[in-house]
Amino acid sequence: MSDDRCEVTVTVNGEERSLAVECRRTLAEVLREDLGLTGTHLGCEHGVCGACTVAVDGAAARSCLMLAVQADGCEIETVESLGTEEKLHPIQQAMWDEHGFQCAFCAPGFLMTVYCLLRENPAPTPEEIREELSGNLCRCTGYASILTGVQAALSRGAAADA
Amino acid sequence: MKIPRFTYHRPATEEEALAMLTEFGEDAKVLAGGQSLIPLMALRLSRPAHLIDIGGLRELAAIRERSGTVSVGAAVRHVEVERSALVARAAPLAAAAMPHIGHGAIRNRGTACGSLAHADPAAELPAVALAAGASFVVRRASGERTVPASEFFLGYLTCDMGPDELLVEWRLPTWPVTAGWSVQEVSRRHGDFALLGMAAMIDTDPVGRISTAALSLFGAASTPIRVDAAEKLLTGEPPSAALFDEAAEIVKGQLDPPGDLHGTAAYRKHLGAVLTRRCLSEAAGRLGAAA
Ligand SMILES: Cc1cc2nc3c(=O)[nH]c(=O)nc-3n(C[C@H](O)[C@H](O)[C@H](O)COP(=O)(O)OP(=O)(O)OC[C@H]3O[C@@H](n4cnc5c(N)ncnc54)[C@H](O)[C@@H]3O)c2cc1C
Ligand code: FES
Ligand code: FES
Repeated sequence: MSDDRCEVTVTVNGEERSLAVECRRTLAEVLREDLGLTGTHLGCEHGVCGACTVAVDGAAARSCLMLAVQADGCEIETVESLGTEEKLHPIQQAMWDEHGFQCAFCAPGFLMTVYCLLRENPAPTPEEIREELSGNLCRCTGYASILTGVQAALSRGAAADA
Repeated sequence: MKIPRFTYHRPATEEEALAMLTEFGEDAKVLAGGQSLIPLMALRLSRPAHLIDIGGLRELAAIRERSGTVSVGAAVRHVEVERSALVARAAPLAAAAMPHIGHGAIRNRGTACGSLAHADPAAELPAVALAAGASFVVRRASGERTVPASEFFLGYLTCDMGPDELLVEWRLPTWPVTAGWSVQEVSRRHGDFALLGMAAMIDTDPVGRISTAALSLFGAASTPIRVDAAEKLLTGEPPSAALFDEAAEIVKGQLDPPGDLHGTAAYRKHLGAVLTRRCLSEAAGRLGAAA
């Protein structure tokens, strides 16, 4: 059915991509299945857990709550854009050093949320960090280690790389 | 679950959007930020055949002040309302509600008008609209009407709009500079929909007696509700903790909230009293603060 296919052009992690996708597919599905960017995780698929958080034009958004076609013309950044295995992004390195995560299923969402927060607000207070991260769920850590990791990232100047 | 199939439309103008609504009517849904509609479709609680995406319509993307009202267009996102200096000054009750709505990532995409059209009884903005005496500009291809907030919310997820109509603008009367405001809620986790919440405004006359009081509850019934009896009690009296306690007892007595696994009806009634005291004391502390 040609009616339910949509043309989408998005810039993903700096690279422009044009695709014809089924209109009903979410940005998360297209990132993971069509573009192979499986770093973006899907937990609840209805907006509650935050695992699928990506940056859309620089602002954090739930990729499970956005149709890919709604991202037409937008700039998307996913967790893959942050760092490489050899050279982690300072936020990732701080999380690693502080044992911020356990299973790390939630990590892509937390990392992208922190990344977007630091870009907008390079010196957030602990209260602002908690507030911003309140939309991301973690089943393992109890959050304290994640907050410690964010603080470590901040004190090492990670905001300069956001 | 995967979202069911639909045909996607991206009108270039409001006029085109209205023509599509006329054509597809019941079979279509407006897509604004998608923060309520997409999850409903993902859960297959909603399966429209056509989606009309108004998210990019620039003509509906402004927050404006004109002739004593602040108007918020249909494509204005929560985050823009939250950061608007105009809203902070001329509609502080709406500004106070914003941080309570979901989380940052939700507010980056969701729209204020989408929340109002969705008419979730536990949402903040419908209660704000009711307390502030706001109105809604609703358009269809054949014409426009303005509906006061007191007549707009009809029931659970139901407002006074036909399937061919578009909510184009939320209008709030410019805030009286002498009045105080507060939005308070209790929820299970930060960012969740409220178990119970209140949006309140009080104003005083030159000798310091309360001249206007508006107490509007969300999460208390199938629509946001005002508590007339408590508002009457407050009117004409000077603000005091004892007066607010009395108002709190009235609110508790008037409430007939639903009970569910998140909170019993008795607990929500108790919250009604607690939130009334919190709201009124915060609003009293802000009398004249908008000047
Ligand atoms: C995890 C999570 C937590 C949330 N927490 C809260 C909360 O605490 N408080 C709260 O208030 N909301 C909350 N929300 C909902 C959020 O505020 C939505 O953004 C808002 O309810 C809908 O706005 P939208 O632009 O996303 O609308 P959409 O999802 O696009 O549309 C919602 C409905 O309104 C209709 N509609 C939208 N715009 C118009 C229009 N202009 N004219 C006619 N019909 C229209 C649509 O057809 C649809 O039926 C939450 C959402 C999520 C996912
Ligand atoms: S998968 Fe998107 S919020 Fe849970
Ligand atoms: S570390 Fe396992 S869910 Fe967060």
